[in-house]
Amino acid sequence: MLDSLLQQPLLATLIALVSLALLFGALLGFAAEKFRIDGDPVIDQIDELLPQTQCGQCGFPGCRPYAESIAGGDAINKCPPGGQSTINAIASLLDVPAPDLDAEHGEASDIKTVAFIREDECIGCTKCIQACPVDAILGAAKLMHTVIADECTGCDLCVEPCPVDCIDMLPVEEGIDEWRWPAPAIPSGIIATDKTNPATSEDVAA
Amino acid sequence: MNKTWVTPGGIHPPENKQQSLTLPIGELPVPEKLVVPLSQHIGVPATPCVAVGEQVLKGQKIAVPSGPLSAAVHAPTSGAVWAIEERPIAHSSGMSAPCIEIVSDGRDQWIDRQGIADFQHTSPTALLDMIAQSGIAGMGGAGFPTAVKLDPGFRRPVDTLIVNATECEPYITADDAIIRERTEEIIQGIHILSHILGNPDNIIIGIEDNKPESIAELEQQTEDTGINLVSFPTKYPSGGEKQLIYILTGKELPSGQIPADIGMVCVNIGTAYAIKRAVIDGEPLISRVTTVTGEACGINRNYQVLIGTPVSHLLQHNQFDQQRSSRVIMGGPMMGFSLTSDQVPIVKTTNCILAPSHSEIPAEQPAQPCIRCGMCAEACPASLLPQQLLWYSQAKDYERLEAHNLFDCIECGACSYVCPSNIPLVQYYRNSKGEITKAKREKVKSDQARERFEFHKQRIELAEQEKEAKRAARRQAAQQAKASSAGSGSAVDIIAAAKARASEKKADPQQQRAKLERSVASAEMRLQVAQEKLDSAVANSESEEKINALKAAVTATQQKFEQAQARLAEQLQ
Repeated sequence: MLDSLLQQPLLATLIALVSLALLFGALLGFAAEKFRIDGDPVIDQIDELLPQTQCGQCGFPGCRPYAESIAGGDAINKCPPGGQSTINAIASLLDVPAPDLDAEHGEASDIKTVAFIREDECIGCTKCIQACPVDAILGAAKLMHTVIADECTGCDLCVEPCPVDCIDMLPVEEGIDEWRWPAPAIPSGIIATDKTNPATSEDVAA
Repeated sequence: MNKTWVTPGGIHPPENKQQSLTLPIGELPVPEKLVVPLSQHIGVPATPCVAVGEQVLKGQKIAVPSGPLSAAVHAPTSGAVWAIEERPIAHSSGMSAPCIEIVSDGRDQWIDRQGIADFQHTSPTALLDMIAQSGIAGMGGAGFPTAVKLDPGFRRPVDTLIVNATECEPYITADDAIIRERTEEIIQGIHILSHILGNPDNIIIGIEDNKPESIAELEQQTEDTGINLVSFPTKYPSGGEKQLIYILTGKELPSGQIPADIGMVCVNIGTAYAIKRAVIDGEPLISRVTTVTGEACGINRNYQVLIGTPVSHLLQHNQFDQQRSSRVIMGGPMMGFSLTSDQVPIVKTTNCILAPSHSEIPAEQPAQPCIRCGMCAEACPASLLPQQLLWYSQAKDYERLEAHNLFDCIECGACSYVCPSNIPLVQYYRNSKGEITKAKREKVKSDQARERFEFHKQRIELAEQEKEAKRAARRQAAQQAKASSAGSGSAVDIIAAAKARASEKKADPQQQRAKLERSVASAEMRLQVAQEKLDSAVANSESEEKINALKAAVTATQQKFEQAQARLAEQLQ
């Protein structure tokens, strides 16, 4: 058998190549089954970059649905709470150009806000509790409600349903622990010879 | 002579240490008001344990540590607690933080002090507790709570205790001064430290060779004590923890690790002194040695300053000349920060108040473009690439900054010092570090929000499912009822059944009677009220219209009352 194969190198090569192809094919097939990824991993990656305010300003009920929509080809500039930095991050993830924020969905603001219920005006209607996407409002029917400030994402969704308008969005105060060094002014491009030299300027004047 | 290693980079700025060493450590009169911040250490601010108006004695605890990573605070003098509120503190932001203000009563009366002279026979745990209760936090600058650093639960076995007497920053001589005058007490402090750490094999005091008097004193005192005194050539910044460990042992502290991870503990020499005072003399940390120097001060010297003393008080007693002063700096010229107010208090970490003249430290020159000379990279003691970090900082490319180990930067300022273009490099790095920390904080928050949102969605779905299940059950029940009624017969049967149910309800005469009696009583009540209203209206001679309306109401109530009575009578028959 071996001898006859050796005498027919073409056949031997063919058999070797075909069996190799079958072997690797089987291996690949097995790997594809074994290491299959459920769902689209890019959705998770986009969701990671979104600010998770769950505010719905993008027109989707929460950040994950918007992430799914972006993965399906939607525009990436619909997230005002994330602002330009989020757009840039998603653009670099998807390797697409970064557009400006779509003003239709709201304006980006650097000031973080948190909901505050004026408690003596609250009538205990539970409407804001139902509106809160992160369950950050505490209360019960006909009892006063209050916001867990640490859990509030500042999404604004509770303000509109309140029948007595007792919810304010207050800016989050930055204390001494959150303080950061300011960025130095970007140099204006002065070079050493721009320095005024009193001696030379006098010479010129003379 | 011990072998020493040479760190990369470093600079040799003018030392300017002599001017503050001409006089011994001085004492200042107690200021009228002392402002003691609750947070003078790394970690959680202390919680006040006194009330406004309370009388306190010198050394009395006025705030207790909040949790493990915190430090106690004590009254620096006797007097009354004037206020517990936000005051401007020594912080680069110039912001305020909670402080306890004490008005001195002038007597400076100590609380009862109880020290342990025989510390050798006291358990390390008891000594650690004593250090924690004395509010000692690292006095070299960072202010890490010392008891935590020494805690055996917190670290691995320690084989090397390093005492940092480097004091590499120009102008500052606070450590030098206490070594010269209080060597014996420092050595006692080191022995206490060694006892707490279970007598490590190596005890090294690291000192720069620009302090010959201190070296002579220490040499004399450390003879035959097992303590190694190692002096090495002066270079800034040799006093950084990582740098000093490398100089003395040749070991590099890996990025993101603390000395305890490689079996070392590094303590400032001022802290060793404070530990001696706390353990042997029972004195909590209420004062420290601070250098007051700079050309704008008439007198340059070191003082034993009470914690909480306003900077203005120090300057006043040193012939401070406002005209000559360009600014007042807390800390040294390399790592210190300019104060926005001279009312801020001295804290446990304040080793220097520097008031330079205009010519001594001129105002910042405008930054010029980077010429890529590479001097910053040569000066960097952490072997980083300051230029790359600058580009990435300007571009706000935080990912690359982290990849280039921005967080290993010790902010020593050597790069800014050598930069021929006056680029404020450290300020860029500090800003970027702040932004990255903020982004990380926000990431944690957004992850939390995502989790809560997902839970919320799940909860709503579950509630919806339950509702749906109930609806389905009801539908099914209705269908069943329909099926059974269809089987049993006609509308006549249904009417008969309803009648039977109604008569059943009527059946109980006891209940019926009680109900009617109640309605009679309430009608009578209403009639009375209406009559009273009418009477008072007539008495007050109110308008015709109102009286008429009330009369009509009385008549109507009268009728209802009679009807109710009639029904009751019917029932009773």
